[in-house]
Amino acid sequence: MNIIVCVKQVFDPEISPDRIRIDTTGSGVVLPADIPEVINPYDEHALEAALRIKDSMEAKITVLSLGKNLTRKVVKKSLAMGADELVLAEDDAFGGVDTFTTAFYLAAAVRKLGGFDLILCGRQAAPWDSGQVGPGMAEFLSIPCVAVCRKVEAAGAGLRIEKCLDDGYEVVETALPVLATISSEVGKARYPTLRGIRMATGREPVIFTRAELETAEAAAGGREEGLRPLPPPSLIHPQLEAECEFIDSDSPEEAGALLADRLRAKKIL
Amino acid sequence: MSKTILIYCESKEEAGLTALSRELLGCGCRLAKSLNLRVTAVVFGHQVRKCAREALACGADTAILADDELLSAWKPELQVSLLEEICGRADPAVILFGHSDRGRDLAPRLAFRRNTLACMDCVNIRVDEKNSCLEYTRPVYGGGIYAVYCLSTFPQVATLRKGAAEAAAAEITAPEEASIEEIAVTAGSEAPRTVHREREEETGVRLEDAAAVVCGGRGIGSTEDFQKLRDVAGLLKGAVGATRPPCDEGWVPDLLQIGLTGKIVSPNLYIAVALSGASQHITGCSKARTIVAINKDPDAYIFKIAHYGIVGDWRKIIPAFRQRVGELLGE
Repeated sequence: MNIIVCVKQVFDPEISPDRIRIDTTGSGVVLPADIPEVINPYDEHALEAALRIKDSMEAKITVLSLGKNLTRKVVKKSLAMGADELVLAEDDAFGGVDTFTTAFYLAAAVRKLGGFDLILCGRQAAPWDSGQVGPGMAEFLSIPCVAVCRKVEAAGAGLRIEKCLDDGYEVVETALPVLATISSEVGKARYPTLRGIRMATGREPVIFTRAELETAEAAAGGREEGLRPLPPPSLIHPQLEAECEFIDSDSPEEAGALLADRLRAKKIL
Repeated sequence: MSKTILIYCESKEEAGLTALSRELLGCGCRLAKSLNLRVTAVVFGHQVRKCAREALACGADTAILADDELLSAWKPELQVSLLEEICGRADPAVILFGHSDRGRDLAPRLAFRRNTLACMDCVNIRVDEKNSCLEYTRPVYGGGIYAVYCLSTFPQVATLRKGAAEAAAAEITAPEEASIEEIAVTAGSEAPRTVHREREEETGVRLEDAAAVVCGGRGIGSTEDFQKLRDVAGLLKGAVGATRPPCDEGWVPDLLQIGLTGKIVSPNLYIAVALSGASQHITGCSKARTIVAINKDPDAYIFKIAHYGIVGDWRKIIPAFRQRVGELLGE
């Protein structure tokens, strides 16, 4: 099976909320200098889903990432985890681009790569968390999309997919080609092996520039870019912070009991 | 651009419109009133005519109904095509979905087909008279920051988070049947095809309805230890929840996850045990009236949003808390 996994390089989304502040313009953020760059966690889950298919049958996994000045150590982790090839749609023009542009050029890169059976993406990505690139790519490629999945398995000539629901999951059968977005319920992403890391260090990614993708799209009679993104938003901090009354005591047990008394006195219990 | 707000309404089997759909209707009808627009409810399913009537009773001016056995199983491709066809005819200015399993599926794709992007998981949608735009507020950076979009071009597509708006109440007792337009459904491609649905509800009080929630984080450590939290939750006649790490570790089922990609809860009492307070989690519980935090790290961010806190080992604190609560409630 020919699988393409889309990954995004992001700033670690799991840092403490008080370390992210809005800048003076009100439309950007100031991140701490020591914040690490990582592969978007849901995209690692997508790669894990692909690797599980590869564990069970013959498959080729091509990892595709779009951005500006991508950090090789970060994106090469996908090779170290077990992907076969790394392709970067890398261009200065791709710095901080909107969802439309991302979906458009990723789809263009997929077309330029030739055939594929399955595309896997994370269900949403830091920092915008809107979950629209996967479905957008499926639209541009005119293929079906199964969103927010926790399991993807080969079944006959197609796939058996478990799609997450609020109150459980549903089993979906689909033919190929298809795009699926993957959620963390798929399970923990595997660690790179030492062998994988060594191999990845020596491998160079294939690079597509924006101009190359546009030429390829035009030649294929593809849709033009120029769809309207949303105007940039202003950013605000949600008013969440409260005054915390700490219950102090000689022992944690006593504190626990005092807490109950306090909540009772305040008619919360 | 027509002067219509289109509202995608969902139903829950025999129970009629979902609570989220009623909130969506409340939000949409209020917006329509301010902007002098008409509200059209869209109802897709099988044997759901009563839901179209319910939407009219809740304030929609008209309803478009697609009632067919083809729509009894979830078929996103078919639904997006139907919506696209409706939008082609009706040309709505604004299209609203609930931020539900189905809304997450449909909104992005419909938006792309209408040459725009959706504002997903909005915590607020309002009219900004001063700037002559519609203002959509949604969580970004895991929910630690809100992005505020001021949109004045059309169409606009958005999904609304559960609990973000006040629900519409069914006020009109006898809605006009003539206000329901039924459209035909032709079979499209059969794939992807849902073959089976597995419900995994927790027994007892539903997390989203619970007046008290006890939520455990990474520090709980095991499935067995979560039992201690279930015990407290039971005593408070509430429900137990978890942050993502316990779900990832398999200590609790995924459907207990509270946060950006899990349940959004707004209980009277929220007890956060051994969790640090990541943005993705806080966005799911910040509407709780009283937040209590127990964590051995005094610098944990959760203490910045909590009303009461104890710095210490939950394994010692919770059993004593449980004991005292039992006494106070006359157990």
